[in-house]
Amino acid sequence: MLINIVLNGKKITREIEPDLLLIDFVRKEGCFSVKRGCETSNCGLCTVFLNDKPVLSCSLLAARADGQQVTTLEGLQEEAAEFGAFIADQGAEQCGFCNPGFIMNALALFRENPEPGEEEIKEYLAGNLCRCSGYEGQLRGILNFLAWKKDKKRGVSL
Amino acid sequence: MITIREYKKAATLEEAWELNQKRMNRVIGGMLWVKMTKGNVGTVIDLSGLGLDKIEETETEFRIGCMATLRQLEEHPGLAAYSGGAVKEAMRHIVGVQFRNLATVGGSVYGRFGFSDVISVLMVMDAYVEMYKGGIIPLAEFVNMPYDRDILVRIIIKKNKASFSYQTVRISKTDFPVLTCAAAVTDKDVRIAVGARPGKAMLLIDRQQLAGLPVTAAGAQAFAEYAAQVIPTGNTNRGSAQYRTHLIKVLAQRTVLEAGGKAGC
Ligand SMILES: Cc1cc2nc3c(=O)[nH]c(=O)nc-3n(C[C@H](O)[C@H](O)[C@H](O)COP(=O)(O)OP(=O)(O)OC[C@H]3O[C@@H](n4cnc5c(N)ncnc54)[C@H](O)[C@@H]3O)c2cc1C
Ligand code: FES
Ligand code: FES
Repeated sequence: MLINIVLNGKKITREIEPDLLLIDFVRKEGCFSVKRGCETSNCGLCTVFLNDKPVLSCSLLAARADGQQVTTLEGLQEEAAEFGAFIADQGAEQCGFCNPGFIMNALALFRENPEPGEEEIKEYLAGNLCRCSGYEGQLRGILNFLAWKKDKKRGVSL
Repeated sequence: MITIREYKKAATLEEAWELNQKRMNRVIGGMLWVKMTKGNVGTVIDLSGLGLDKIEETETEFRIGCMATLRQLEEHPGLAAYSGGAVKEAMRHIVGVQFRNLATVGGSVYGRFGFSDVISVLMVMDAYVEMYKGGIIPLAEFVNMPYDRDILVRIIIKKNKASFSYQTVRISKTDFPVLTCAAAVTDKDVRIAVGARPGKAMLLIDRQQLAGLPVTAAGAQAFAEYAAQVIPTGNTNRGSAQYRTHLIKVLAQRTVLEAGGKAGC
């Protein structure tokens, strides 16, 4: 079947199998940041935006994304770069396997709620599993990032 | 994972229903549960083109289209106000935001899963299921009906003078619940729904008025003890029947007291 998707701002038309999952579709298009971390819709590693909402690309048929906008980390380079670099500088992660899904969902959180509190961060990111960090480093990294952004906005240099 | 021969976005409910009469075909809501099953599907019937993804609120009721996501239920201001936060509490522990942006209320209710937070919280409300051919059925009745090949169109919640509370116990965040408990205190009675027993959620109405109206602390405890005696529980790897029965005592008391407090009685 034929589908039209706006992937990272670019309109593409492709012939697909009806049971192709969105994760496999975007990887075929070269979006290798999107990875499969589980078979049970539990880990959040495959997070993409469907019309700006974070969803699990491992659990959505590509057919259902027909006529919609799909965004992966590759399409958010500018927005992701600042946050990604900050998290790396903070040493917030260990192996980094969970990083793409974690960054996508953190960006979704900042879009919905630009100044989230600790509990709001924990709740929004609860669907992003990490096998190494125990989440403390990531939480500290996000809180420091938000404080840094706030200072930057107020013109305070660090 | 299933294999799918054809994908069809239904243009009308009649088309969806007709396609669904073939044993090989399968309706999809969010597809999260369907994806975990195995086998070959002829045609998947996608309901996402029918405009059934809205939550409408009137003076007297909520009308929730089957394709509304669990995240929509969680974030709906009218549902939050009416349920005193109970609906949000029931949704917010289900896996993650990305999951709840896909999972639908139709798939959740049609599935009639024992562990369902969604069914547990809806069951203490004056909630109905509207089936395309089967008409409007009280949710508590629908949950125990056999699976057929009808289409669940929407959930209807009638607004009554009532206060609600919802609590669960989970081994870890985002895991399936070990036990769910919802409570409602209305001007006529006190009721609880207990799910993840591990069987389907069960509604218990306090016909003996043990909890009292207005609810008292001693009354809530007496009703919770009664509930623990009459609601059957079972063993799973998440908890024993004995543990679940103990949890009924704790959660029933807490939710009834909380709902009673919100009711101001
Ligand atoms: C890993 C995982 C963890 C979960 N954890 C929880 C939890 O903690 N708490 C909880 O409450 N739930 C939990 N769930 C269940 C989840 O919330 C949804 O209830 C479930 O995925 C079904 O919703 P869906 O939209 O994905 O439905 P689908 O998977 O699309 O459909 C489920 C069933 O309903 C049928 N169906 C769907 N829509 C309709 C319709 N409109 N009319 C007729 N038939 C229909 C389908 O054919 C299928 O048989 C979990 C699910 C998964 C996969
Ligand atoms: S790959 Fe784990 S949730 Fe999608
Ligand atoms: S840092 Fe290794 S999985 Fe998260």
